[in-house]
Amino acid sequence: MDMALPIVNATATVLARVSAAFNAPLARAVVFGVHIDGHLVVEGLLIAVIVFQLTRKSYKPPKKPLTEKEIDELCDDWKPEPLCPPIKEGARIDTPMLESAAGPHTIVDGKEVVNFASANYLGLIGNEKIIDSCVGSLEKYGVGSCGPRGFYGTIDVHLDCEAKIAKFLGTPDSILYSYGISTIFSVIPAFCKKGDIIVADEGVHWAVQNGLHLSRSTVVYFKHNDMASLASTLEKLTRGNKRAEKIRRYIVVESIYQNSGQIAPLDEIVRLKEKYRFRVILEESHSFGVLGKSGRGLAEHYGVPIEKIDIITAGMGNALATDGGFCTGSVRVVDHQRLSSSGYVFSASLPPYLASAAVSAVNYLEENPSVLSNLRSNIALLHKELSDTPGLEISSHVLSPIVFLKLKKSTGSPTTDLDLLETIAERVLKEDSVFIVTSKKSNLDRCKLPIGIRLFVSVGHTESDISALSKSLKGVSASVLSDYF
Amino acid sequence: MVRLPYSTALTTLFSYGLLFAFGHLRDFFRRIIDSRKPTTNLKDYAPICLGHEDFYTRRLFNRVQDCCNRPIASAPDAWIDVIERYSNDGNKTIHRTSKTSRCLNLGSYNYLGFAAADEYCTPRVIESLKKYSASTCSVRVDGGNTKLHIELEELVARFVGKPAAILLGMGYATNSTIIPALIGKGGLIISDSLNHNSIVNGARGSGAAVRVFQHNNIAHLEEVLREQIAQGQPRTHRPWSKIIVIVEGIYSMEGELCKLPEVISVCKKYKAYTYLDEAHSIGAIGKSGRGVCDLLGVDPADVDIMMGTFTKSFGSCGGYIAASKEIIHHLKQTCPAHIYATSMSPPAVQQVISAIKVILGEDGTNRGAKKLAQIRENSNFFRSELKKMGFEVLGDNNSPVMPIMLYNPAKIPSFSRECLRLNVAAVVVAFPATPLLLSRARICISASHSREDLIKGLEVLSKAGDISGIKYFPVEQEKTTSVEKLKKIQ
Repeated sequence: MDMALPIVNATATVLARVSAAFNAPLARAVVFGVHIDGHLVVEGLLIAVIVFQLTRKSYKPPKKPLTEKEIDELCDDWKPEPLCPPIKEGARIDTPMLESAAGPHTIVDGKEVVNFASANYLGLIGNEKIIDSCVGSLEKYGVGSCGPRGFYGTIDVHLDCEAKIAKFLGTPDSILYSYGISTIFSVIPAFCKKGDIIVADEGVHWAVQNGLHLSRSTVVYFKHNDMASLASTLEKLTRGNKRAEKIRRYIVVESIYQNSGQIAPLDEIVRLKEKYRFRVILEESHSFGVLGKSGRGLAEHYGVPIEKIDIITAGMGNALATDGGFCTGSVRVVDHQRLSSSGYVFSASLPPYLASAAVSAVNYLEENPSVLSNLRSNIALLHKELSDTPGLEISSHVLSPIVFLKLKKSTGSPTTDLDLLETIAERVLKEDSVFIVTSKKSNLDRCKLPIGIRLFVSVGHTESDISALSKSLKGVSASVLSDYF
Repeated sequence: MVRLPYSTALTTLFSYGLLFAFGHLRDFFRRIIDSRKPTTNLKDYAPICLGHEDFYTRRLFNRVQDCCNRPIASAPDAWIDVIERYSNDGNKTIHRTSKTSRCLNLGSYNYLGFAAADEYCTPRVIESLKKYSASTCSVRVDGGNTKLHIELEELVARFVGKPAAILLGMGYATNSTIIPALIGKGGLIISDSLNHNSIVNGARGSGAAVRVFQHNNIAHLEEVLREQIAQGQPRTHRPWSKIIVIVEGIYSMEGELCKLPEVISVCKKYKAYTYLDEAHSIGAIGKSGRGVCDLLGVDPADVDIMMGTFTKSFGSCGGYIAASKEIIHHLKQTCPAHIYATSMSPPAVQQVISAIKVILGEDGTNRGAKKLAQIRENSNFFRSELKKMGFEVLGDNNSPVMPIMLYNPAKIPSFSRECLRLNVAAVVVAFPATPLLLSRARICISASHSREDLIKGLEVLSKAGDISGIKYFPVEQEKTTSVEKLKKIQ
């Protein structure tokens, strides 16, 4: 007690003197009109300490780039996969070899067969007039055109062919491509860029899928040939979309689907397109020269004016019995492709003799519109004869020249299905000399539609050909598929 | 290598700037005038091309449209009939006349002279046309496989020096469909910066990652390879499944050969696969016409995949891939162009068979060897003469492709039109096929050009070059009268 009091007194005196010392010199200090009090100094010191801590670098572990030796080790350790998988045992690698022209009757592996594997719808393979015009072209122009269209590869037959096709279809202009499948996968990226919206059928073939992938646009698929699904997809995409003026929107469909033989209902599509303000890209490879009263394609078949379809493309390797493709539409559409379509600008042009063959083929179609009704009656006959094939059913449209037969009941695994169908095709060829083929898929193809047997009907097939096919098919499929149903 | 003088660069930039400024001015007035016109029935649709996307086409390219897409009325041989055209509205639309003018053809890819009717090839082609008709109307795996196709595949494999080959109907489609079949997501493609558009499309379509190395710069290729193998895939750093390096034999816009032996050694060291695109070099270079491997002494077994086209040296159409038997077998099962595209037209196949037989000497004459010697001689002669005249010519010796630098946008149409007036058909290339400032005229020499043709061509090019002012290098003094001297020798 006695010692506490003097200590307390001493502490109080010291504190009083320290605070007086603090307060005293600054008691009369006025900086910028502000009275300086002692606590401001303490606050100033605190702020200085905080700032000092903030400016110190935070601790980061030092970044060490890989040394040359480490990179060497990594390069030595790395083992790449082989460039291709090893050959599977028992894989079917031999395709039948043709030894004559691919007409309705042809020679395969040495014997004469009835040919249902060529898309020779109008029977133009072996047509005298076409062969004569080709011979004339070959003698005048040689075989190849030796250059792209921009660099002296434009020969007058190309310009004539483009004009002829445009006149035949009733459009202002058209543009020729040198290869059937490169047409569609060059046209789509020329018009659809990143940020655009494309609505496509899920059953489109690989070339269309590749074009959609290369265009980098947003692609939405709708159910195969299902207009209700298309309508709801369009509705979903356009509802509440305010930036519609800058985004281009397209619907991509095929007229006759290669993967199923269905025909797209164009009148319905045009109605939806006008309602939701989309543009239509129509792929007409298998319907040009086949559908419609005079063979002008899907638009004529449905009575839709051709101006309503924005872009029509087609490969000429089917009904026109030549090679290459064309694209047609308004003047703006065609002109734009001459500079920005990669398959046109960066590739050599179509060989001139094929262009003159195309001109002759279109001339033939104009002069002989009766071939179309003959083709239709052949297809109808085939449908009738094959309607009761055991194990197989026809799933294509009645007017489609591609008659698609699929298994009534799938085995569950695509490889076994393909195996069965290939066995049927092989036996039909070997035992009854009828050449048919299954639809084959690459592993890059994203289409999920079922595979089947594809029969390409031609106007050159006679009734006896068709009955030979149906008899053979019924017999072979009964024996091959007997275990499965 | 392009050596661009500073003054030329400045004037070129100034010219382009002026053209862009005038283009924008015209667009501005066009917008004002159009806003007064009544709207069409496409008013709620976005335009097919937004204004700035085709600015270059509308305002720059259309002014000189007559230099491109010139139609001809004869075979693309050494001399062609160029159809005369006229325009009434400042080149917006061009119309044909029925008149033609006979010009020397320095633009077509006709390296060995098979473009026009040939005495050995054409009768056989016509025979195959009559037997197999113009098309098989079927894909190759279905009913499009004829005896001719199998024969050609074996012949191509033998010619190139690989075990097996696969045939496709179009050169462009070959690249863009084979690359996705070989490599997919998880792989890496390293391609030369000046590769052709078909390779770029194939690489994009495959889904693999793509890296670019500087043109013909082997050190940079090695650097990119090391970095990529060490880092692995982006973000996950997993190792790449495989790496393919894609180079071309002759680069068509530069005329240069690729440094193949060095590329092969680098790729072997780092276990990357090599893909060689010989579109312009197969048939045109090398002692026996077997392409860049023949010329540079590289064993074909060292290159994993060799691709080529038949359009240039063989006068036909289509492309091929030559590789080992397993790879070809795999491609036949998976390549989309083999499974979905119409097979190559039989007369075109026969043309290639006959052309290869002529080159190999199997037709019983030595025309093939003569053609190969002729094109080598022609290319070297033409290139050396052009260099003597003071032109800036790119490309290596022995390459039949010779770009002459123009640079300035005004020189492009002036050179082209002047050459046409003096009856020489030359090709000029500008953006987007080349970088914006580096436009050029490209000469392709053929074995069917005779010495007189070449001398006439040199004369005309010299005159047109003087008028356009493209002789950027000093003329070698004592050789100024070389053209007259040559004429005297003839």
